[in-house]
Amino acid sequence: MSFQTFLLQVAPPSNTWFTLSPEWGWYIVVYFFLGGIAGGAAFLSGLLDLLGNRLDRAMTRIGYLIALVAIILGGPLLIVDLTRPERFWHMLWQSNSGGPMFKLYSPLSLGVWILIGFSFFVVLAVAASLADAGKLPRGLAALGEGVLGKLIALGCILTGSALAGYTGLVLTGTNRPLWGDTAWISILFLLSGISAGGAAMILFGWQRGHPGTVRWLEEMERYSSVLELIVLAVIAATIWSIVRIVWSGAWGAILIVGVVLLGILAPMLLYARPRALGTATVPVAAILVLLGSFLLRTVVILSSEAV
Amino acid sequence: MAQTTQATPAATPIAEPPRPEPQSGATLAPPGAYPSVPMGFFTDTTLCIGCKACEVACKSWNGLSADLFELSGDSYDNTRHLNGENWRHVKFIEQFSEDRSDGRWLLMSDVCKHCVQAGCLEVCPTGAIIRTEFDTVVIQADVCNGCRDCIAACPFGVIEINPLSKTAMKCTLCYDRMQSGLPPACAQACPTHSIQFGTIEDLQTNAAARVEQLNTQAKAEGRAEDAYLYGADDSILGGLNSFYLLVDEPHVYGLPAQAKLPSKDLPAASGIGVAGALGMAALGVVAFRKRRMDEFAREGDRGEGGDGFALGGDAALRGEEGDRR
Repeated sequence: MSFQTFLLQVAPPSNTWFTLSPEWGWYIVVYFFLGGIAGGAAFLSGLLDLLGNRLDRAMTRIGYLIALVAIILGGPLLIVDLTRPERFWHMLWQSNSGGPMFKLYSPLSLGVWILIGFSFFVVLAVAASLADAGKLPRGLAALGEGVLGKLIALGCILTGSALAGYTGLVLTGTNRPLWGDTAWISILFLLSGISAGGAAMILFGWQRGHPGTVRWLEEMERYSSVLELIVLAVIAATIWSIVRIVWSGAWGAILIVGVVLLGILAPMLLYARPRALGTATVPVAAILVLLGSFLLRTVVILSSEAV
Repeated sequence: MAQTTQATPAATPIAEPPRPEPQSGATLAPPGAYPSVPMGFFTDTTLCIGCKACEVACKSWNGLSADLFELSGDSYDNTRHLNGENWRHVKFIEQFSEDRSDGRWLLMSDVCKHCVQAGCLEVCPTGAIIRTEFDTVVIQADVCNGCRDCIAACPFGVIEINPLSKTAMKCTLCYDRMQSGLPPACAQACPTHSIQFGTIEDLQTNAAARVEQLNTQAKAEGRAEDAYLYGADDSILGGLNSFYLLVDEPHVYGLPAQAKLPSKDLPAASGIGVAGALGMAALGVVAFRKRRMDEFAREGDRGEGGDGFALGGDAALRGEEGDRR
């Protein structure tokens, strides 16, 4: 059935049905995924830095490093995705006045400055934690101590959560089916990012970090996973007439099997039974969380693109 | 099903927009720009005959490449939708009975709506999309970097990437011609006055008169009084500077019944997100307390010792600071 014939027969479930696809594909999916990991890892590491103790520092360092590597890998994808990538700087400076380019009501513009702020705090946090471990000149460790250290940790918490969440705002700030129909994608991506960031920290740090730190991360994973399920249910309940079309067929199957069962419920079960798969239990659970986080972004972005 | 194709009376002639006097006596000099007042299109769909002169004139003036010829199967509509190369699109909507003995054509020349509250302009992160002195919305091709957010933000599906410039493109309402006192190419080429160009004030007056004329005629003939204006008032995005006279539901023409600004849900979404971040931070504190309680219990079971978590690691930290001193 052609689009026009469809419109003639029945009014679509939402006014978002009349828009064109921006063709945001795999670059954006992967960037949103890496941005979620980066933001989540920085958020959790910042909390460990502020509220934890010396025994948490090994994991804190791993978390900050994960955040830095993820944003170094993910950031350039935003530029590559532009159809005129050589003009990416137009998002930073106004070409006519030379002043900074910032628009509060443009989620993309907001995101650019969040990304810059996030990178600033994470680089400082990484430098401080590596110096603390003796892997950078000892003088840099001062960055992680006292009021300055607390401010940098707080900066990582604030910009980390903003980075994980603004990607959802980018989608809400459109008129596309699903994205523009709900205000809940931002918190969904935030929670999923915290899950993924925590999972990456557990995956790379479960043997190097202190068991008590790993237990705290697992607890955080449980909280974020439960909240993620609740938010998914809220989205389904509030825009069911849209979800039943956009998430029908393969997208719905990927969401239920890949995201809910494998990416949320299975890891929660494994964290609760740490000996279920022997020594592989914890890393397997973490890998499943990362898979679920990736598939969540794949489904949310590409299912709307397919309408 | 509606009646067979209705005869439509001629449109009320619209007054030409006011123009400044030529600056000199030279007869070939351009007449100068139109005055800086809101200007736009009124498209009377009952007058469209589907000739596509508007599409051709638009492509010709703006130097837009032709599409590869491909039959869409959708009536006589092979343009399919507006995009970076098609800034005008004539829609062919067939409303016929099963045996095609009864029915009508709805024809509509679609274009950018030049919204008073423009979603594309709002989300553009580079400032490439601007509002002109004529209250129209124009994309500056030399600033756009192709992020494509405007494509997703436009509620009418107007914008797409032009494959040659690789930037987002759409109707400019012939900004260059207006700056020289010339009407947009499509309006000038339209042979039936379906596309009318002028000041918004004049267009609204003429459009209201045309609706009354059509509905009076329909009433006299015993037909439904179905003519109405879409986007002429401020109910849709503060008003559309390109508005339409329609005779069926908006969705039949591929138009949303209502359109929202992309930013409408951003405050709520941000608030929910901030609440989520605060909630997770609070749960982080709860998890720290739980960990400490568990360690106390564990160390209590063991009698003494432990890994230092029971005291929040503070003892270990103080010990280390003591060592430093």
